[in-house]
Amino acid sequence: MTEHLPALQVIIPLLLAPVVFLFNHARLAWILSVLVSWVGLLISLSLLFAVNDGEVIRYEFGGWEAPYGIAYKVDRLNALVLLIVSAMAAVIFPFSWQAIQKEIPPSLHVIFYTALLLCLSGLLGMAITGDAFNLFVFIEISSLSTYTLISLGKDRRALTAAFQYLIMGTIGGTFILIGVGLLYILTGTLNMADLALRIGEYEAQESRTLQAAFAFLVVGIGLKLAMFPLHLWLPGAYANAPSVVSAFLAATATKVAVYALLRFLFTVFGADYTYDGMHIDYLFIPLALISILFASIVAIFQRGLKRMLAYSSVAQIGYMLLGIGLANESGLTAATLHLFNHALMKGALFLVVAMIFFRTGGTSMRYITGLGKEMPWTMAAFVVAGLSLIGVPLTVGFISKWYLILASIERGWWPITIVVLIGSLIAVVYIWRVVEAAYFKPRPENMPPVKEAPAGMLILTWILVAANIYFGVNASFTAGIAGAVAAELLGGGV
Amino acid sequence: MNIDFVGLYNYWVVIFLMMVGFYTVIAYDNLVKKVVGLNIFQTAVFMMYISASKVDGGSVPIYSESIELYSNPLPHVLILTAIVVGVAITALALALIIRIKEAYGTINEDDIIRMDLEEDARRDKL
Amino acid sequence: MIESLINIILFTMLAATSLAVVRLHNLFAITMLFGVYSLLSAVIFVELDAVDVAFTEAAVGAGISTMLILSTLVITGHHEKNPKHGPWLPLVVVILTGAVLAWGTLDMPLFGSLDNPIHQHVAPRYIQDSPEEIGIPNMVTSVLASYRGYDTMGEVVVVFAALIGVLALIGINEKKCAKRQYSSDERPPRPVLQVMSKLLIPYIMLFALYVQFHGDFGPGGGFQAGVIFAAAIILYTLTFSLDDAFDLISPRVLRPLAAIGVLIYGGTGIVTMLLGGTFLNYSVLAGDPKSGQHYGILAIEFGVGLTVATVMMLIFYAFVSRGEKGKVE
Repeated sequence: MTEHLPALQVIIPLLLAPVVFLFNHARLAWILSVLVSWVGLLISLSLLFAVNDGEVIRYEFGGWEAPYGIAYKVDRLNALVLLIVSAMAAVIFPFSWQAIQKEIPPSLHVIFYTALLLCLSGLLGMAITGDAFNLFVFIEISSLSTYTLISLGKDRRALTAAFQYLIMGTIGGTFILIGVGLLYILTGTLNMADLALRIGEYEAQESRTLQAAFAFLVVGIGLKLAMFPLHLWLPGAYANAPSVVSAFLAATATKVAVYALLRFLFTVFGADYTYDGMHIDYLFIPLALISILFASIVAIFQRGLKRMLAYSSVAQIGYMLLGIGLANESGLTAATLHLFNHALMKGALFLVVAMIFFRTGGTSMRYITGLGKEMPWTMAAFVVAGLSLIGVPLTVGFISKWYLILASIERGWWPITIVVLIGSLIAVVYIWRVVEAAYFKPRPENMPPVKEAPAGMLILTWILVAANIYFGVNASFTAGIAGAVAAELLGGGV
Repeated sequence: MNIDFVGLYNYWVVIFLMMVGFYTVIAYDNLVKKVVGLNIFQTAVFMMYISASKVDGGSVPIYSESIELYSNPLPHVLILTAIVVGVAITALALALIIRIKEAYGTINEDDIIRMDLEEDARRDKL
Repeated sequence: MIESLINIILFTMLAATSLAVVRLHNLFAITMLFGVYSLLSAVIFVELDAVDVAFTEAAVGAGISTMLILSTLVITGHHEKNPKHGPWLPLVVVILTGAVLAWGTLDMPLFGSLDNPIHQHVAPRYIQDSPEEIGIPNMVTSVLASYRGYDTMGEVVVVFAALIGVLALIGINEKKCAKRQYSSDERPPRPVLQVMSKLLIPYIMLFALYVQFHGDFGPGGGFQAGVIFAAAIILYTLTFSLDDAFDLISPRVLRPLAAIGVLIYGGTGIVTMLLGGTFLNYSVLAGDPKSGQHYGILAIEFGVGLTVATVMMLIFYAFVSRGEKGKVE
């Protein structure tokens, strides 16, 4: 059965979605989803260990060989992203049961888990496929279920946020479809490895059509990963979705989109074309710097915790783009590493938000005031994950920023390090606002007393918090993989 | 540069349709009209793929002993999938519009933004 | 020459229709024109040899989409208030993008030439070998169901995901309305329409079955068949009433069937895995690979047809019941 692992990684959650819908039983749906997420984690771990020595696993659907049929090709980058998505699912799915009790009406619980499983399988499918059109199909599976999940939020703004994301997401998806179509018209193939081989001759003759394809793919994927200034859908979506959904999306969705960007830029077009031909660094570095500064500053002024974290996500995506833009091995290592590290910190932070909502019924500043005494473990988790977000040593955030600073010095553009440091300082400000409200102000008189969050939720959150520390202290495993991925991407290896 | 008008005409109309659809999505206020614009935008892409699949003098890609030359079947398959994705998105978008109408009493984007801002102002006073 | 003339005329008509859609302000008129636009697209697809695509566009774009927009307008109203934000900035953005695109496509491979790379690399395999490897004449069905069968499974899941979204958002109100007595001036019980549609519906269903099982040989397949089958029920609902349609085929029956269709598709893949092939490798289903392909395609097309038909009916039920009966309690 081991040769089927790449297919099973995606197919198990994909087919469990209709099964859950068929049984139409909420608690059973949750139990099955949790089991599937754990099985998925095991599969992704075994895939990662299988490819960690540089080997590549292939899987041909329908028994048709690569350019004629659809094939999966798993290398270290795929395996790392699969691990991020499955690990986050394995923590957030068990967490979800209690969290949704107060946020989603019971009649929609089965639908919620069906959509959540579809979303998971869509993201996994995007992260593993080796076929450009198959990527589009799975983007749409994950997008449609994401719109559904966001719209389940309690406030009516969830509806408008979902609609806005639907419009922008569909334009992004269609741009990707155009880009893939132009590539297909030029080369006659849809398989990514095969595309990489055949694009070379057009790169040499500076084909305008190829440049158009490149532009469409970058903008289309940019919409999906909320690249500044295409990020407008993200704050509303994360702020109004049910808390578990925000946690899951913040930890996984943009990461998979960044993966898709890396895959097209480096595997399909190749590092030479991306940097020397299209000069993507001159686009990404300014955009990244603006988004780090702008989104971080905007985050300070948000009255809701979720909205604040959402803007912080836009800034964090800026760090990843900066890593790509710096165009050297350290930069790409930083970008790849930050995929993993940012999933850990944002996952933990949003789970804290979910627990606050679970106990207090709100997540704006007035609900948080004075919570430090009432929910000590919850707020402690926020502090540690917040420190990681800032980039304090001994946390994962520090590791990402360390590589970013190395990369900008290597490139000879040391002023960039100042922007990175300023970004961290601004993060101190917005995290401090929450800490100050929670620990140094008394609970307002008119707020009802609250209890500490349930133990199950706390344990799951603290698993993520502990991972923030563990991989911050002992970064050799993650940095090793990220370094190997970066070398592979720059080497143009297929 | 020697431009072949007939050979590129389809692609130009495709670009025109894309821009019409795109303009409808960003410039108009009514949410239903935005969805119609989105559909036009997507159809334009379908036209691009199918135009590329055509072979002069070719025939429908259904095998027959008397036919030598066929048009390319692969883009047809891809666009079948894309059409289905399109209708799925349309259905979801319209369902959202119905809920927005029930929640806000309007489907005009400007009105919705204004109502959200007023709500923010009220919450700030609390 | 005459072919390219027809081509140019059709494309110009399409562009003109799209402009008319944008410039109108009555949303009902826009919706009807959008239906015309879709039909025109279908005609162009036929002219470009894409018959399967034309079939789908006519059924989905002109049929299902138009109907869904109309049933939305019943709830939201069809008057377009303050049509535009500031129209100039978007216009500039759009014209600039369009100009860049036109510049970018000047060296595209020209329309219709067999030398284009798109016709050279992967496609010849499908054209030359699929009648032999898969054993069915319709190459589109071969590619759709076998070579790229995994994409098609994704497509079915997308349809299923749309159902999940619609059920999450508006649900289906199954509460019965009390039988109303119609006074003479409101909603007459349309005898002519009802008799005519009773005559038509069996043939529509028969045609759906034909499209389902003839998809190997001619245009058609599970997707188109599913939409046509749903159209029969939609016609019934329109001429009789939603409650009559619920009696005929209840949402309670349709919901599980929608999931079962996806599972039939995926189950076929699981079976091929258990028999030692990769996912969706139908060749292992029988001793002879060609009959294996045949069984596999039959099974998955049935799954597609089942899911698409049930999902289309359920989405239609959801929209119409929301308009007629209001929210689900």
